[in-house]
Amino acid sequence: MRSIFLHLHPVKVSESALKLDRTFGLGGMAAILIVIQIFTGIMLRFYYVPSPASAYDSIVYLKEHVLFGPFIRNIHYWSGVFLLLIAFLHFLRVFFTGAYRGVRKINWLFGLFLLLLIVFSNFTGYLLPWDQLAYWAITVSTNIIGYLPLGGTALHEMIVGGKELNAGTLQNFFTFHTALFPLLLLTLVIYHFWRVRKAGGVFLPQKSEKDEMVPVMPNLVFREFIVALLLLAVLFTSAALFDAPLLEKANPAYSMNPTKAPWYFAGVQELLMHFHPFFAAFLIPLAVIIFLAWIPFMKFGQEHNGHWFISDLGKQSSTVTALFAVLVTLSGILFNAWVVNFEILIPGIPAIISNGIIPLIILTVFMMGFYLFYLKKLALTKAEFVQAVFVFIIAAFIVLTLTGIFFRGKDMELSFPWKI
Amino acid sequence: MSGYLKNSVKTETPGVNSLSRRGFFGMAWKGLGILVGLETLGMITAYFFSGKNKNTGAPRQLLEAGPVDSFGLNSVSAFMGGRFYLARQQDGGFIALSLRCTHLGCSVSWEADKNRFICPCHSSAFDISGEVLNPPAARALSYYPVLIENGLVKVDIGTLKERTRSGKDQLSYAP
Repeated sequence: MRSIFLHLHPVKVSESALKLDRTFGLGGMAAILIVIQIFTGIMLRFYYVPSPASAYDSIVYLKEHVLFGPFIRNIHYWSGVFLLLIAFLHFLRVFFTGAYRGVRKINWLFGLFLLLLIVFSNFTGYLLPWDQLAYWAITVSTNIIGYLPLGGTALHEMIVGGKELNAGTLQNFFTFHTALFPLLLLTLVIYHFWRVRKAGGVFLPQKSEKDEMVPVMPNLVFREFIVALLLLAVLFTSAALFDAPLLEKANPAYSMNPTKAPWYFAGVQELLMHFHPFFAAFLIPLAVIIFLAWIPFMKFGQEHNGHWFISDLGKQSSTVTALFAVLVTLSGILFNAWVVNFEILIPGIPAIISNGIIPLIILTVFMMGFYLFYLKKLALTKAEFVQAVFVFIIAAFIVLTLTGIFFRGKDMELSFPWKI
Repeated sequence: MSGYLKNSVKTETPGVNSLSRRGFFGMAWKGLGILVGLETLGMITAYFFSGKNKNTGAPRQLLEAGPVDSFGLNSVSAFMGGRFYLARQQDGGFIALSLRCTHLGCSVSWEADKNRFICPCHSSAFDISGEVLNPPAARALSYYPVLIENGLVKVDIGTLKERTRSGKDQLSYAP
């Protein structure tokens, strides 16, 4: 056992790779959570019945008649939430320390794919309880697919197995969630780790002479052990204190008010409140994904030195850009909700122009202004500039997501969290 | 050995057409590989598309809603079992409106005091004929064909009809 575990590591590791603020152990944490998901997922499958007639009842049975049933379900739920958050933080860490250059290019792409896979694993699992929360969240989310150009309707009907959620949808989601996605995830995570190992381990700033190589055992292994124990402690405490949600059984005749997409899609749903679905659900997410995938292939004049945020100037421009993004997103949301709704203001023209092109142009003008009056004057390097763009996207995404989760109440009107 | 092979390959293929036997087989393998890939892809696609969501072409599923006279002018009756609202217009025409909002598929509810259908998810609103009154929904509510036979209103809940705008020709009248 011990030798298997040691075999996963190199014999020696650089001392500066052990510093906590290099990685915060996020990748390792994500791997542990994936293992926990597979374990608890298999345990849940011994009781879960994937049919609309019995799914809900099988979970009620698990909660009421199975020893540790609620606890295992809660662990699976919270571990899923933590996995998404930690994978997202890991993605930010890799970007801001520049660990995506050179030989790590391809691994960045695999990482992005893994992040999407985790999102969709979570999404397909969301439907399985077949309660009101699941039914309506998946209804609104899958209906968005129908707005994709070229065969969106056909794709929607293929995934859902009909025009609205039915037994086929549950069967599809169950298979994705418990067979296809875990298999892909496990295989690709192993590959992801292998490529990190091949690239020479954790990405480090230029080696200083003081940097010594130290044995992995105990230096790294003990640290990993502590991180794992802390993670498990937080996870089990959350699972013991907070129950995974389960509302009443799904009723296709009555929608929840408000009906919200799963929390990680709350940002996209918030975007849908302001933009035509073609922009909110297709063009903008597609542009962001292409930008993210393209990052390691851009020609940067100088190599990323591996320091957090590249330089002091990089830190400063990132902070100001984040503040600007928060400001512009928040005021955009409020402006669109309270002052001007272009679709109602100019009813004669197609919604794709009034609710898509016009707000996009206004936003672009603001961003150009920010570029001309701030970023341009800093004389940033290309890497620092790309970092600023990345920061803008992430900050806007976080604001949209938080708004969607905490500030949308009855009828999806803006309200305060304590009033929802 | 390999040196000998290399030489022999070279001498075998003089002239303009420089496709060697080895090259030919290499290409053939690649071609076969692509063919197998395409076949597999086609098979998987067919597998997914043919079984799910099949329109069985079943005969009409008629649901009897009740006698014509039991529905007042400008009234809406909910049939949750059939998932539709039977709406009788001011001029006596019937339409069976699907309760799925055309924006993202939530169930709309009839608010009699406001004289409109309202979707709880994103506040889309529709009038009694299913026409959009308030975005984000862009299309009028879908409907099921209504038949009126011997003074009875029947709804064909097997055939959902989608539309962009509501129109008079979508209504059914008692003869």
